Amino acid sequence: MTRIDQTFERLTAAGQKAFVSYVMAGDPDYETSLELVKGLPDAGVDIIELGLPFTDPMADGETIQLAGQRALAGGMTLDRTLELTRTFRATDQTTPIVLMGYYNPIFSRGVDTFLTQARDAGIDGLIIVDLPPEEDDELCLPTQKAGLNFIRLATPTTDDNRLPTVLQNTSGFVYYVSITGITGAAAAQSSDVAPDVARLKAATDLPVIVGFGIRTPENAKDIASVADGCVVGSAIVSELASGKPVAEVLDFVRSLADGAHSAEIRIA
Amino acid sequence: MANDLFNSFMTGPDEKGRFGQFGGRFVSETLMPLILDLEAEYEKAKTDDSFWAEMDDLWTHYVGRPSPMYFAERLTTHLGGAKIYMKRDELNHTGAHKINNVLGQILLARRMGKKRIIAETGAGQHGVATATVCARFGLQCVVYMGAHDVERQAPNVFRMKLLGAKVVPVTSGRGTLKDAMNDALRDWVTNVRDTFYCIGTVAGPHPYPAMVRDFQSIIGKEAKAQLQEREGRLPDTIIAAIGGGSNAMGLFYPFLDDKEVNIIGVEAGGKGVNAKMEHCASLTGGRPGVLHGNRTYLLQDDDGQILEGFSISAGLDYPGIGPEHSWLHDIGRARYVSITDTEALEAFQLCCEQEGIIPALEPSHALAHVMKIAPDLPADHLICMNMCGRGDKDIFTVAKALGVEMDAGG
Repeated sequence: MTRIDQTFERLTAAGQKAFVSYVMAGDPDYETSLELVKGLPDAGVDIIELGLPFTDPMADGETIQLAGQRALAGGMTLDRTLELTRTFRATDQTTPIVLMGYYNPIFSRGVDTFLTQARDAGIDGLIIVDLPPEEDDELCLPTQKAGLNFIRLATPTTDDNRLPTVLQNTSGFVYYVSITGITGAAAAQSSDVAPDVARLKAATDLPVIVGFGIRTPENAKDIASVADGCVVGSAIVSELASGKPVAEVLDFVRSLADGAHSAEIRIA
Repeated sequence: MANDLFNSFMTGPDEKGRFGQFGGRFVSETLMPLILDLEAEYEKAKTDDSFWAEMDDLWTHYVGRPSPMYFAERLTTHLGGAKIYMKRDELNHTGAHKINNVLGQILLARRMGKKRIIAETGAGQHGVATATVCARFGLQCVVYMGAHDVERQAPNVFRMKLLGAKVVPVTSGRGTLKDAMNDALRDWVTNVRDTFYCIGTVAGPHPYPAMVRDFQSIIGKEAKAQLQEREGRLPDTIIAAIGGGSNAMGLFYPFLDDKEVNIIGVEAGGKGVNAKMEHCASLTGGRPGVLHGNRTYLLQDDDGQILEGFSISAGLDYPGIGPEHSWLHDIGRARYVSITDTEALEAFQLCCEQEGIIPALEPSHALAHVMKIAPDLPADHLICMNMCGRGDKDIFTVAKALGVEMDAGG
């Protein structure tokens, strides 16, 4: 059982929805980023998605593109991202960290080497945007074998025929991308998302977490109420980019987490 | 290289879209269902005579195919060696080979009921071709072009606008072809239901590399037949410039199993293939990685971050290369070399002076390699180079490089 599985077990027992936050490793620099990540659990974050910077983030909107550029300009690398995780893990052994990014930096390192290093650093799962089920041999299957979760994205274009393929080798949770689009785009409404989440829930026992376009505590509550939780990324990254001190960014994160956690259980 | 007579080089890609380890479908889940639809639609069209009849009709009456096979007599005499032929794809409607492929993809888009077409462009030739065919069929067209390229290819930007396309300058990254492709993919993922992404080269997720190759193969098929008619035999060497590699793949593909034909791809060496990466020679100076939907040779640093290439030619300014080229490189069926900006400029001028043809900077790279090898080859050695684009769009860039002041407005 991974830290991700344990987290959902705890949340289910408490009758609570999950709040997942995304931040870019090394944005705007290593120290600030580490301070932010360290503060996330106390701000109510159940699962941390840690962005691995990449030069060509094809599925990301401008906010996360710029965050990645700042991180890279500040000297962030795969090794430094793993170091950040290791440092976090020294004082927090329970909050799951999911590394989110693109395949090339991992392929460049070598899949087996990377997986050993990621596990040793305390990473619990991976979300790799440019690896659909058709490429499962590349990283998904080796990741599961290494005992980490490989979390798949399901989208509005994933139809019923395709859904079993998408769910087949996924673990930890399913990340439902609420819109066709890039990160930071306009939010979907719970009334639009609910039927899609229900469709996923009918096909899997895994928790379904909804992301893309959630910006406010109200959105977070609204979306979390029809799923097992929600993800906020760009809105948090924007706060940091506006130059606010980490403590203020964490206040914002806390308001989002409170929003998600106040959602009532409505799923059968 | 395998010499087994029964071993064809023309069977790729496999069902996973791979040429050896290269190619594949490295895209987000949102795009995956559409990519599978496209593959199915293309497989149907490929064996549908009515599809090819429509293509042939447009190729003949709209594009002006077949393009001539021209014996470059004065250049041959000047270089004093091999006999040099030019496949004149710069005489196509819109001035480059790009339209061969665009027609095929737009006909597919129509079959799939897509009304909105997006494209990326570097030098602007693919953008112009896409805008042209969209105008011809009354389709909405949006072209993503790096802001840096918008600046250095102003005439093509205006052409696209005249043709009714919306040109979106891309400011992310360094504002070149790679960044334009990123933004086109972002548009596609957002508008996936009504939009067809018309990729301009033999790269991207499967089935694009194979599909674009098949549409461009008209170049090589014609070349083979024309040289047979003119010389009664196959060429000894075929040469083409490579950015993503579509004109080269189009020329090379029908010759892959003619093992006596030397195949040479010419990459953009920029300021020279050195450690500073001021070039776009992915095969000579890169290593395998994953970008824009496929695994291929890429310019990248030790951490797997993609590097910005550098070339005087906007059309070659791309840190990757089509996956089939990566495969042909690794198995040794084709040889890949690089040519610097300076060498390409010399070839550009020589072609103007000797043949009365103003070549684009892209085929000027291929021509520069012809200049290197032709003098040492015997007179009965036949070289066929692909003159894949005309140079009207490049005269401002060339003037600047040669230190000539020119008023673009005058």
